Amino acid sequence: MKAIRIIFKREFASYFNTPLAAVFLVIFLFMCGIFTFQLGGLFDRGQADLRPFFNFHPWLYLFLVPAVAMRLWAEERRLGTVELLMTLPVNMRDLVLGKFLAAWAFLAVALAMTFPIWLTVSYLGNPDHGVIITSYLGSLLMAGAFLAIGSALSALTKNQVIAFVLCVVVCFGMLFSGFPLVLDFFGGWLPAFAIEAIASLSFLTHYEALSKGVIDLRDVLYFALVTGVFLYINALILDWKKAA
Amino acid sequence: MSNNLKALGLRKSFGDIRAVDGVDLVVPAGQVLGFLGPNGAGKSTTMKLVTGFLEPDAGSVEICGDDLLAKPLAAKRHIGYLPEGAPAYPDMTVMEYLSFLASIRELTGATHKSALERGFSLLHLEPVAHQTIETLSKGFKRRVGLAAALLHDPPLLILDEPTDGLDPNQKHEVRMLIRELGQKKTIVLSTHILEEVEAVCDRAVIINRGRVEFDGTPQQLDAKAPADVTSNRLEWVFRDITSTDLQMQGGLK
Repeated sequence: MKAIRIIFKREFASYFNTPLAAVFLVIFLFMCGIFTFQLGGLFDRGQADLRPFFNFHPWLYLFLVPAVAMRLWAEERRLGTVELLMTLPVNMRDLVLGKFLAAWAFLAVALAMTFPIWLTVSYLGNPDHGVIITSYLGSLLMAGAFLAIGSALSALTKNQVIAFVLCVVVCFGMLFSGFPLVLDFFGGWLPAFAIEAIASLSFLTHYEALSKGVIDLRDVLYFALVTGVFLYINALILDWKKAA
Repeated sequence: MSNNLKALGLRKSFGDIRAVDGVDLVVPAGQVLGFLGPNGAGKSTTMKLVTGFLEPDAGSVEICGDDLLAKPLAAKRHIGYLPEGAPAYPDMTVMEYLSFLASIRELTGATHKSALERGFSLLHLEPVAHQTIETLSKGFKRRVGLAAALLHDPPLLILDEPTDGLDPNQKHEVRMLIRELGQKKTIVLSTHILEEVEAVCDRAVIINRGRVEFDGTPQQLDAKAPADVTSNRLEWVFRDITSTDLQMQGGLK
């Protein structure tokens, strides 16, 4: 546990030691603003809620989370510091978790910095704060699942661009399987339970449930499970690279 | 005398290439072993195998009595490792970096502080303590890597080209340091520089195409050269052992 904390501290600080944090936060917040106010038409809707804001999160994360995740292991491999990390007396589990948690905490910081949008809505109307809180929770869980996928794929290569592209593609698949377009396509000929199974694999389905203000344990478990499975795969990939 | 490093029958292939093909390295405490060989001979791969970065296809590694595969954490605690090229996090300052490594090596409180002080003074890093590693010269980077390997005062040091990129003064200093540390510790260092072997090593191992071709003292190595070779005698022997037939025909010898 102690090793996780030390790795976490180093990783988390590394975001702020480089321009990465500043660039990422500015772009993230700028995009949030555009999506919410321009595309989402928050003001025009005349409703005091944050649905336009949260509806865009999956699509925002699709590109921004891989940008954070791609460096997690690919960068270590490129710098050669992976050799240093893996020869330290530290468990693989602690290395993977420490790095993942630092990146997740960084995304949480970015998400927390969107609070002025919440304040705006609260000032203009009387939103349901419970719904907003569960939406934030859903958004954070979804970011974690995206990130775990990215972390695992980043362990495959020392090329960050490859890691980024792989991550976007896999995350897109995870999102798209719940998209009406896909479900309608299957809807014509697959039985209902099969459609439900495909939809239930999607981030969108579970995220939408949470962003409607319903905390269903199954949705939370789903994201936790996806995150856990991909972090486990991450460790397996690192082990496999050692023996390859 | 106990053996701080006992690697037997190491084998490692990458695809069709046999990088390490049955290497034994048994090194007792207090010995400085120079690990020689042409580029691509398997030096770095062997070092990666004995530090646990790579897993061997076959063979065993024991560090101070702890099996590296069965008890990796215990075994890794005994090792100080300087990987090839002395990698380090470029965005961290020297102080932050060494402090991070000391913490993860479970050094706390006064031991943490004294380990850092020792590292800084042994490698003369005080002037760059608060500089980020990316701004350092190659020589300083290498010294940071050495300090990192020494922090926890390990009984076994594995140093992959420790003097590469240093100027002659720094080379001399690092050699003195290695000789001094070698009185108590086991040191395995790889190098291209044959004079280094004469200067600091008790034992030389030459590896070529993944196999050990020579194992003996630097004096024994020297004795293999014919009497009429008067200068660069070690180099002559090195070429004799490691040149391919093609190169020999080409008159390299």
